Amino acid sequence: MAATPVLPKLVGERVRRREDPRLIQGRGTYVDDIKVAGMQHLAFKRSDIAHGRIRSIDTAAAAAMDGVEAVFTGAQIAEMLAPMPIGTPFPSPPHRAVAADVVRYAGEPVAVVVACDRYVARDAADAIVVDYEPLPVVVDPELAMTGKPTVIHPDFPNNLAVPFVPSGTGVSADGKTVDDSAIEKAFAAADVVISQRMVNHRLVPNAIEARGVVAHYEPGKEAMTIWSSTQNPHILRTMIGAMTGMGQDRVRAIAPEVGGGFGSKINIYAEEYVAAVITKKLGVPVKWVEDRSEAFVATTHGRDLIGYIDLAATRDGKVLGLKMRLIADIGAYNMLLTAAIPTLTMLMANGSYDIPAIRATLTEVFTNKTPTDAYRGAGRPEATYFLERAMDMLARELKMTPAEVRRRNFIPANKFPYATQMGAVYDSGDYERALNRALEASGWDTLTAERDAARKQGRLVGLGLAAYVEVCGLGPSSSLPTGGWEHSQVTVERDGRISATTGASPHGQGNETTFAQMLGDQFGVPIEHVTIRHGDTDVVKQGIGTFGSRSQAVGGTALHLAGGKVKAKMAKFAAALLEAHEADLVFENGTIAVKGVPASAKAFGEVAAYAYVPVPLPEGLEPGLSDEAFFEPANNTYPFGCHIAMLEIDRETGEPKLLKLIAVDDAGNLINPLIVEGQIHGGLAQGIGQAMVEEAVYNEDGQLVTGSFMDYALPRATDFPTFELHATTTPTPVNPLGAKGVGEAGTLGSTPCIVNAAVDALSEFGVTHIDMMLRPERLWRIIHGGRA
Amino acid sequence: MIPIAFEYIRAASLDEAVAKLKAANGGGRFIAGGHSLVPLMKLRLSEPKVLIDIARIPGLAGIGERDGRITIGAGTTHHDVATSKLLQERCPAIADTAAGIGDPQVRNRGTIGGSIAHADPSADYPAVMLALDAEIHLKGPAGWRVVKAPDFFQDCFTVNMAADEIIASIQFAPVRSAAYAKLKQRASHYAIVGVAAALGVNGGRITSARVGLTGAASYATRLTRVEQALTGQPAASDTFEKASQVAGEDLAGINSDLHASADYRRAMIKVFTKRALVAAAERSG
Repeated sequence: MAATPVLPKLVGERVRRREDPRLIQGRGTYVDDIKVAGMQHLAFKRSDIAHGRIRSIDTAAAAAMDGVEAVFTGAQIAEMLAPMPIGTPFPSPPHRAVAADVVRYAGEPVAVVVACDRYVARDAADAIVVDYEPLPVVVDPELAMTGKPTVIHPDFPNNLAVPFVPSGTGVSADGKTVDDSAIEKAFAAADVVISQRMVNHRLVPNAIEARGVVAHYEPGKEAMTIWSSTQNPHILRTMIGAMTGMGQDRVRAIAPEVGGGFGSKINIYAEEYVAAVITKKLGVPVKWVEDRSEAFVATTHGRDLIGYIDLAATRDGKVLGLKMRLIADIGAYNMLLTAAIPTLTMLMANGSYDIPAIRATLTEVFTNKTPTDAYRGAGRPEATYFLERAMDMLARELKMTPAEVRRRNFIPANKFPYATQMGAVYDSGDYERALNRALEASGWDTLTAERDAARKQGRLVGLGLAAYVEVCGLGPSSSLPTGGWEHSQVTVERDGRISATTGASPHGQGNETTFAQMLGDQFGVPIEHVTIRHGDTDVVKQGIGTFGSRSQAVGGTALHLAGGKVKAKMAKFAAALLEAHEADLVFENGTIAVKGVPASAKAFGEVAAYAYVPVPLPEGLEPGLSDEAFFEPANNTYPFGCHIAMLEIDRETGEPKLLKLIAVDDAGNLINPLIVEGQIHGGLAQGIGQAMVEEAVYNEDGQLVTGSFMDYALPRATDFPTFELHATTTPTPVNPLGAKGVGEAGTLGSTPCIVNAAVDALSEFGVTHIDMMLRPERLWRIIHGGRA
Repeated sequence: MIPIAFEYIRAASLDEAVAKLKAANGGGRFIAGGHSLVPLMKLRLSEPKVLIDIARIPGLAGIGERDGRITIGAGTTHHDVATSKLLQERCPAIADTAAGIGDPQVRNRGTIGGSIAHADPSADYPAVMLALDAEIHLKGPAGWRVVKAPDFFQDCFTVNMAADEIIASIQFAPVRSAAYAKLKQRASHYAIVGVAAALGVNGGRITSARVGLTGAASYATRLTRVEQALTGQPAASDTFEKASQVAGEDLAGINSDLHASADYRRAMIKVFTKRALVAAAERSG
């Protein structure tokens, strides 16, 4: 008998992404590839002004065009569709999918055309004439807070979406009573206080695939299928089921291949609701595919948070207290998670530090801009940026090294789990180890010597460091209005192949690979025998979705638990076949055998076949090998790390150039280090992008002046040095995998460490802070005598 | 990002292209690489009724040298200019310039004739055309016409071409000691300021100098005061430093936008003039 090949262990290995060949060869099916017989195309007429009252809207010319099926104004859509719901417990003004009376940002839909093809639809949209009474525009949130020059929503005086939320030391659980004595005492006792206003500016998420939706109502079945480029098809199904009145049992939502989201495809958008009500009304399938110009204004933006930061410390660098006054510019409306995003900044105000007293406050403000929502990191990069810049300023003030001031304040490794001032319970961590690793891996002392030598030659070289901790693996249901669990079903098919579903809906995360690795190991079968299905609510029974770096920690655990149930049942069938005790069985190399008796091995497929034709049926067993699990974690996970940047600024031009980026990230146990590194690369690219090249800029009229890639820079490969990645491993006790999540981590440490490096590079000019992004002209002005 | 409906014609010769353009009665546009025109059409900022494709006209693309002069066909892509062995050897400044335009997709499709005819104020090629004192060879219904680069660029998106003319080729005497230096806009990689310098150096002394500037104002212009400050001087860093200090001093109407204020651009004209001069001189050895 030939020796059974020994299957390699998969978990923890650098397995190449199984989904890549089809994606990079153009063989994926995205929303725009979906075609349904009789399909009509939608085009939205969008407001070209930022604030105005619709006096009249003339659709006659559009409706008369050949190929135009129908035109709906906002008022007509409102007859079919209630205002769009949000997913946070904050009060919110009514938000119509298509504006009926007032437009509040440039790009807001005012009418929608249904036509035979995309070209006719677009021509017809252009033929719609809207007469506006212009209203004053406000784009500066701190001006908007005064109620001048306009109030965007009448029931929200001074444009305050969320007037004032206090958090931290001395705030009661309900937020109603606030005792400032501890924070006041901390500042009174301080030897040094750092105070700085910082802006964490607005970004455009720019997924490579813009959004799109196909909605197909079948009157005979009274059922709807809706394909959408979304991060969370189950939430889409819930919302479409509710808003159409059809019920979730009649709606099938499908996220086919999704070309990135970065948080911007969590929200359920106007175009999805409108497509659903139009297909239902007309009885024909409809498609809408966003073009890039639309995506810049019609898809949610990210960040846009002002922080007034005060840090109180002793002269030996011990932080006594932190004040963080936050003002979030959320744009014109609340979207699904908009209001919750800046609360994550408050939640993470402690950062990596044991800070005795913290007072964070949050005000959210409406302005005449595209609404914001989650963007990779979602609230945590903002917290990290504010705190790590302030810590750097403290180090500079006290003439300490950036490492030393952090070391003196880290939460010690023996204090985990650690309950923060902000209400988080950090699961596990060893922040000093990550710092030490980063210092060692970067050769910090050598880099410092190189920097100093370069400065002697007149070059402007700087070093920056940032520590971070983030909240991932979202999260218990108490922290997520959608529910904080994830679901999976694992089936061993009759031929021994394994099909599994996950409610996490990957759109670049590589779960078809990582989850197959897990099941391959769990069942002792080759990865080629495992298929992971996702994205179709008719296939995947339940789910929440992919965001908040939760796929592995929450979705992976649900998969692991479901797999465990099936494996236990399969062991019972195998025990019957082998006349052995199930506890004595091993699953390995495509067989199930009695431990220590390889000759007893039954092929995995043979046991599977028996389970589906169980003659005889073992007592107490049902046929079949399929089971499911919901997993709800008891807590979030808290990955952490330390990033270091070396940067040079051209003295003549002010152009910054990133010379080095060293990242130490601790995401707990890793299923696939190759995919983890890919995730970190992507996160770094976006974190560096924010620090160095990306900025959404509005003019005073509320026009997005960076509305195309001609003016909105995305970082390119040529903008980066080779990233130097390192890891420490601190497993989480929150889930049995020990995995914390990593999708967003790269955006946390990179942004502040780069700005810290830029400030260091310009230290000879007495600079203590520079607002991002690092515009060459801004840096040039510092170098050449002006102010930033 | 959806253009209006248009008619598409492919021309087989320059004469046919010119005739089709005339027949289109003002509604026609030539298209070669389309990398300036198509983005404008997608934004509906340009709405031609007829596109006349000139990309496959035989002989319109190609690079050659005859009697000491180089000819680049108008339909030659940026990529082909960037990778031309002849240009890299005889006139590396123009190959370098092409290599720095946009991104690989733009360089693979975009053409030198299209770029020059479009005359974007921030385009790279016009500066080099000025420094090389290139001739633009035009074909029209009345026959051929030759325009020197300094007379060609007239204003923002405006060149010395009749509505019914087409660029056939660019011709110039190659200069080895020439270089292009630009401050690139970080989104588009267009020039915020771009300076091309071509030097004649004999026995360590500058015998001739031509310096072209792009990006700074509404159209590309020669920096004649810099040229005057260089001629007859030693090819040394002091000379370049001093000459670059007058760069743009007499220039009016300096652009100011999101990416660079007029003040900053003004300062960058000097910086990049010096860089172009130094790089050009390094090639004279």
